[in-house]
Amino acid sequence: MRAKKLNRGVALVGAGMSRFGAFPADTTRDLFVQAFREMRASVDKGLDPRGIEAIYIGNYSSDLFEGQGHTAPLMADWIGLASRPATRVEDACASSGVALRQGILAIASGLYDMVLVGGIEKMTNLPTERVTDTLATAGDVLYEIPAGFTFPGFYAAIATAYMARYGASPESFMKVGLKNHENGALNPKAQFGATIRTMMDRRIASAKAKGRPMPTWEDEMAFLHDDNANPVIAWPMRLFDCSPISDGAAAALLVAEDLADSFSDVPIHIIGSGQASDCALHDRPDLTTIASARLAGEQAYQMAGVRPADIKIAEVHDCFTIAEIVATEDLGFFAPGEGWKAAEEGVTGRGGRRPINSSGGLKSKGHPVGASGIGQVVEIWHQMRGEAGERQLPNSVDLALTHNVGGTGQTCAVHIYERRR
Amino acid sequence: MSERPFTSTSFQQYLAEHRLMATRCGTCGALHLPPRPLCPSCFGEAISWEEMSGSGHLKAFTTIHIAPTAMIEAGYGRNNPYCTGVVELDEGPAISAQILGVDASHPQGIAVGIRLSVTFVERGQGDGRHTLLGFQPAVG
Ligand SMILES: [Zn+2]
Repeated sequence: MRAKKLNRGVALVGAGMSRFGAFPADTTRDLFVQAFREMRASVDKGLDPRGIEAIYIGNYSSDLFEGQGHTAPLMADWIGLASRPATRVEDACASSGVALRQGILAIASGLYDMVLVGGIEKMTNLPTERVTDTLATAGDVLYEIPAGFTFPGFYAAIATAYMARYGASPESFMKVGLKNHENGALNPKAQFGATIRTMMDRRIASAKAKGRPMPTWEDEMAFLHDDNANPVIAWPMRLFDCSPISDGAAAALLVAEDLADSFSDVPIHIIGSGQASDCALHDRPDLTTIASARLAGEQAYQMAGVRPADIKIAEVHDCFTIAEIVATEDLGFFAPGEGWKAAEEGVTGRGGRRPINSSGGLKSKGHPVGASGIGQVVEIWHQMRGEAGERQLPNSVDLALTHNVGGTGQTCAVHIYERRR
Repeated sequence: MSERPFTSTSFQQYLAEHRLMATRCGTCGALHLPPRPLCPSCFGEAISWEEMSGSGHLKAFTTIHIAPTAMIEAGYGRNNPYCTGVVELDEGPAISAQILGVDASHPQGIAVGIRLSVTFVERGQGDGRHTLLGFQPAVG
């Protein structure tokens, strides 16, 4: 099959995000304005917002989380662009990865030269059970949810199938959490700006201060095995295997490639885009892989004309630690059944051969579901331009990838980015 | 006999009669569970109901400690976890279901691949009473 190509090139010339975390005083609008302002400040040669012709906003469920539907025009209005065509994109946790793709397609079609893409989610208003219920609606409410499945439960089931086939253990997953918390500790925007070691030491200090019995964890792995410190959510996924409940927003500015130089000293070209869907988990022949990710990845690689080995850095959808391992196999970085070994051997660390989730990933950075896809773009933007501060990769990042999954893979969007100077 | 419509409502009615029903495509022969009004394998529309034996094996599972509202109402939660999983039937299709008759407090003792047979779980009171699909370890 002929590789699909965009009708014209698209470049990323600005990106920004709010902090991810729990912000009782901020609504999605406030968070989105924060993201927009940071994005605006990131445009090297300045941005006159009046030039923005259309807006695509990823948002999973403000309806259920905040009681607010029809969110895209509101976001447009709050940044002073009430008249622009503003479209909400909903594909569960892949909402803003797909919003990005819609923005790319809109420019590639020739209709617009300048498009704002973003993502928003405000999840912390609800108690945990209601968040659990709301996230579960991204599964099949007729046939999966009555069985008692929750979102952690789906990925836990993927984990048991993966362990049974490939010999991975719960410790393999814990290594992913350790690594992502290490990265997130260097990210000022991360919900958990601390390593697991730091969080463990804080608990020991707190017990000491309160005169309570001091925990006797020998090391981080002992802490992660402690049912009290790291309770089981859906076995084998424990608390530190799960991304948190988060509030946050992210925004990115796309322009037609031939305009890129008038906005940016170092534009980032989006050279590959792929998207695919899939059925409910139980209907899939193989539960150790996410087929939509393989398909979306193949499309993006083909369009970009690059191979997995060429990619210098990837932000992948680690809503759960098992998801990162599966993602690194689906994207072709490791062979099936080898991803857990790479995670255990440190290959995916910032200093490793195949750095994954230098931002801290959804695990540590936070997972305001509709904002996570563009949140990944923000990390790629900083790393490719050498602006990632303490967590900047040692080697030049001229080719990068983002992988954003909705549900258990009913949706996946993959994008590939190139820096040319 | 006219067939019941190929909907989740009919599937649920069959469950209440303690029957696990799939749909068979008359064009390509594919069997689908949950039931499908249009064959996703060949786009065929010649569909009929077919009863499943209820025997199968566990393809993937989890034990859930942080439960959704409906399972909390059924008495499950942090102190009483439950097992749920994907069950592949001997006839081929696979479905999500609660797994009963296993010790959800000791997930290490539950193994992918174990043989299972169907069971029907009655839940709720009065108008809210309904039948859920379940599986339990096969005897013998
Ligand atoms: Zn058919």
